[in-house]
Amino acid sequence: MLVQEPNSIPLAGATDVLVHWPAHLDAHAKTYLDLSGLDDLRHISWNQEALTLGARTTYWDVIQDEQCHQEFPLLQHAARQVGAVQIQSRGTWAGNIVNASPAADGVPVLMAYDAVVVLQSTAGTEEVPLNEFYMGYKQMRRRTDQLVVAIRLPRRSYAVQVFEKVGARRAQAITKVGLAMTRSSVGWRVVASAVAPTIRRCPSVERLLEQDAPVCSPDDLAEAFATDTQPIDDIRSTSAYRARVLARVAFHALQSQAPGRS
Amino acid sequence: MRRLEGISKLSGRERYVDDLPCDGALWGMTVRSPSPRGRIRSIEFGPGVEWSQFVVVDHRDIPGPNEVFLIERDQPVLASDYVRHMHEPILLIAHEDRAMCRAAVKQIRIIIDEQPAALDYRVLPASDQVQRGQDNVLKTLKIEKGDVEHALAEAAHVVEGVYETGAQEHIYIENQGMLAWVEQGVVVTQGSMQCPYYVVNALKHALARDESQVRVIQAPTGGGFGGKEDYPSHLALHAALLALKANRPVKMIYDRSEDMAATTKRHPAQVRHRTGFDASGKLVAQAIDVVMDGGAYVTLSPVVLSRGIIHAAGPYACDNVRIAGRAMLTNAVPFGAFRGFGAPQTLFALERHMDVCAETLGIDPIDLRRMNLIRDGQETATGQVINDGADRERVLDLATKHIELPERREQHATFNITHPFLRRGIGLAMFFHGAGFTGSGEVALQSRVRVAGLKDGRIEVLASSTEMGQGTLTVFTKIAAERLGIDPSQVLIATPDTARVPNSGPTVASRTSMVVGRLVERACDALLEQAGLSRDARGERVQQAIRAWHVAHPNAQLSSEATYERPPGVQWDDNTYRGDAYGTYAWAAYAAEVEVDLRTFTARVIDFVAVQDVGKVLHETLARGQIQGGVVQAIGWALLEECVWERGGMKNCQLTNYIIPTSDDVPPIRVYWMQTPYAHGAQGAKGIGELPMDGPGPAIANAIANAIGVEANVLPLTPERLMQMMDGAHV
Ligand SMILES: Cc1cc2nc3c(=O)[nH]c(=O)nc-3n(C[C@H](O)[C@H](O)[C@H](O)COP(=O)(O)OP(=O)(O)OC[C@H]3O[C@@H](n4cnc5c(N)ncnc54)[C@H](O)[C@@H]3O)c2cc1C
Repeated sequence: MLVQEPNSIPLAGATDVLVHWPAHLDAHAKTYLDLSGLDDLRHISWNQEALTLGARTTYWDVIQDEQCHQEFPLLQHAARQVGAVQIQSRGTWAGNIVNASPAADGVPVLMAYDAVVVLQSTAGTEEVPLNEFYMGYKQMRRRTDQLVVAIRLPRRSYAVQVFEKVGARRAQAITKVGLAMTRSSVGWRVVASAVAPTIRRCPSVERLLEQDAPVCSPDDLAEAFATDTQPIDDIRSTSAYRARVLARVAFHALQSQAPGRS
Repeated sequence: MRRLEGISKLSGRERYVDDLPCDGALWGMTVRSPSPRGRIRSIEFGPGVEWSQFVVVDHRDIPGPNEVFLIERDQPVLASDYVRHMHEPILLIAHEDRAMCRAAVKQIRIIIDEQPAALDYRVLPASDQVQRGQDNVLKTLKIEKGDVEHALAEAAHVVEGVYETGAQEHIYIENQGMLAWVEQGVVVTQGSMQCPYYVVNALKHALARDESQVRVIQAPTGGGFGGKEDYPSHLALHAALLALKANRPVKMIYDRSEDMAATTKRHPAQVRHRTGFDASGKLVAQAIDVVMDGGAYVTLSPVVLSRGIIHAAGPYACDNVRIAGRAMLTNAVPFGAFRGFGAPQTLFALERHMDVCAETLGIDPIDLRRMNLIRDGQETATGQVINDGADRERVLDLATKHIELPERREQHATFNITHPFLRRGIGLAMFFHGAGFTGSGEVALQSRVRVAGLKDGRIEVLASSTEMGQGTLTVFTKIAAERLGIDPSQVLIATPDTARVPNSGPTVASRTSMVVGRLVERACDALLEQAGLSRDARGERVQQAIRAWHVAHPNAQLSSEATYERPPGVQWDDNTYRGDAYGTYAWAAYAAEVEVDLRTFTARVIDFVAVQDVGKVLHETLARGQIQGGVVQAIGWALLEECVWERGGMKNCQLTNYIIPTSDDVPPIRVYWMQTPYAHGAQGAKGIGELPMDGPGPAIANAIANAIGVEANVLPLTPERLMQMMDGAHV
């Protein structure tokens, strides 16, 4: 169907798509593809190397999964901070990825775990590392005839796992600054949200951490973050705030989770 | 006693205006100004819409004067050739199909020849921004006693400060909404509102009808907080104009975004203090300047300013006081009534300033307050002698006791040097709130309440005071039942329908339980006499007598009325602003404990104590709900709620971007009562509805200043603002 109607819009939990429905009159004329019948896409499965989340897997599915909690605790941390229970039980990880909000909460933790997006169409299957999935604001490596069918996370052991969401209040808030950080055998992953047109890794910060450079105050991280991000002033916050807080949150997380690091 | 309409609200069975059946109704919508100021050059109806299917109303369809009847007549019902603020209504359109109506609104282009807009109330306008008088001043007011300049010159210490508070959106759960239809020549409007008779007056005026040709019915109302004081008059006029032109019922329901963009908010304010103390810390002079942003029309600004300045000097005794108030016209969407009505702004300034003074003087802030608290026999700023027997010192002491001030200060001292990024602090505010209309307002209102004895022996209370979530139904029922010694189930409260109920005044100013509740009692007393009983008759005897009366007077009605009477000795002079500004005051001391996260510059209230003397507490659960709800609303104002402005309109008019507290942002709110009865309130009650909005702002700001040593003199203290304040301060 995506081939016949290339502009039709897949619907998973619809928690993004329907928010502005009453006001967005031009959205009413579009074609929607309801995925709710595709039960095969809703699963949490494990093999030796990887955890795979089906495209219809919700936050709530992950919150309730004990093994996810053991091996990928950030998934739960993030899921618990998405909206409230109503949204957690409908919203999907894949929907979060394709909605491509720079302030999404599911994407940063997935990216910090080196997730791979599995896309499928009648033409075949394609895999794109989430880290390379976004090309610009709301632009991504997904053709309109492709569905996300799964998200795959390699199983590793982690020495550091951090997720911080800074919103305008303690719950039910859109992220003003977000941070996900991991350290495993493959190195550091530092992912920032709401400070660039897309959620993205911060290579300068990662390099600094890989080099074991001394980090004695937030200022020691700020410059590297400034290289990696382009925070803006908008209706929710200021670029100065985002930049400052990102460095501070990262600094204190490192202090508590990797105190002997430097 | 359980809340009367509680179950129907909880179970979703209550029918608000949007739920009411209205056969054959059209949907009405509003076309608004895209510009803050300018002349309307043209209005273009876009292609692709079958305009003949729409009913379109403009200013020419208004039968009477194009004026919304309020304090002044400067605000048009629909802009004719000139707009003064963003979102000002210009056209109304109606159609059977809501979506088509919504789409059509977007196809109408309003072209404005723009003129320079005045958008900052704190600075005097440039000459091309002047739109009223010489300087855009909407209203000035002054309170003066003693010789302030002399006292300041002689004072041992003079402390100055500037304080600012921002706008606040009401966020009642139910958006504004109204139905209108014409029934046998009578224009009927039914909707969400606080003040049915304000709507009557507005309809009479602009529709050029007498009172018998208009009828206003309050629908169950999902919150008001002042936001449904004057605005429903606009909406009722709009719906009525469409209904008259269409000759069909019309329904207008704002969505959240339109509601937030187009309706009133709390007045932003800037307050300057210059305060003199003698060497011991006694207040000798208070010079206070209050400036408020009125927005583009006068609306209620003069009375908001009035309450603001009357509260500006606080619950302290000082012989030399000068308070100058000014409300400015700007091209912002008009500001309006909001719980507290000007007092939260000036009390924030005052109570934050008291901490600043205490620090300057090197006196403990609690001691400074205690030393200066007004005592029985002393005068307020307007010269009102306080003699109510309330123990204000004890109110203050209880607050410090319940928040465990000395112990926590000690704990914080250790915590703050050991925790890597959290800092704790504690702050307090002492304040008062005058209940009822200001000055001669209650006398002018001449409020009336009727109580009827029905055939079956039940009682019906008829008043225009509205239930909007605060508990009017329950409290009136309780007052009447207890006055007559009958079961609450035997009391009915009439729906506020102006075809039936007398005008008991607007449901504002914390006046309903205290003032109107007292009228309910007096009308009950009169009913007893009417039924041939003595005033102390109670219980089944009363109901028997009512039933007997009806047997003796078939087809007649047994009812009696009470009209407001000025309590003896109360004097007020509107010209000099001297005298008894309010019949009585509630007194309170609130204390907040906060925790500031230095990673994110976020302040959170972690404990809260609210001590108040509100006279007799009529219904403990409802009263506690009023206090706790008010504190939550004030926490939002103090920490989270920021209106982001663009050309005088609210840019963040969605609930995702205008942040109100959730339950997770709210600490335990511990409420304590003192109950010194007020002789002229129902059962001895004073007003409480607005009081809790006054204290949390300054208590929280003081606590933040205490925690991290910043000058927390501007609300809201959002993380972004706190970060700016901390820049420079060592953290
Ligand atoms: C009240 C509220 C609170 C929220 N709070 C948060 C929050 O705190 N943090 C946060 O990150 N988000 C939040 N959201 C946004 C939203 O819930 C999440 O982004 C959620 O993950 C979206 O998932 P969904 O399944 O509902 O997506 P949908 O709305 O169904 O789809 C979103 C987008 O993804 C596309 N899509 C979905 N599934 C697929 C697929 N399998 N293949 C290809 N394309 C697909 C859709 O076409 C659409 O473009 C909130 C939303 C609401 C309404």
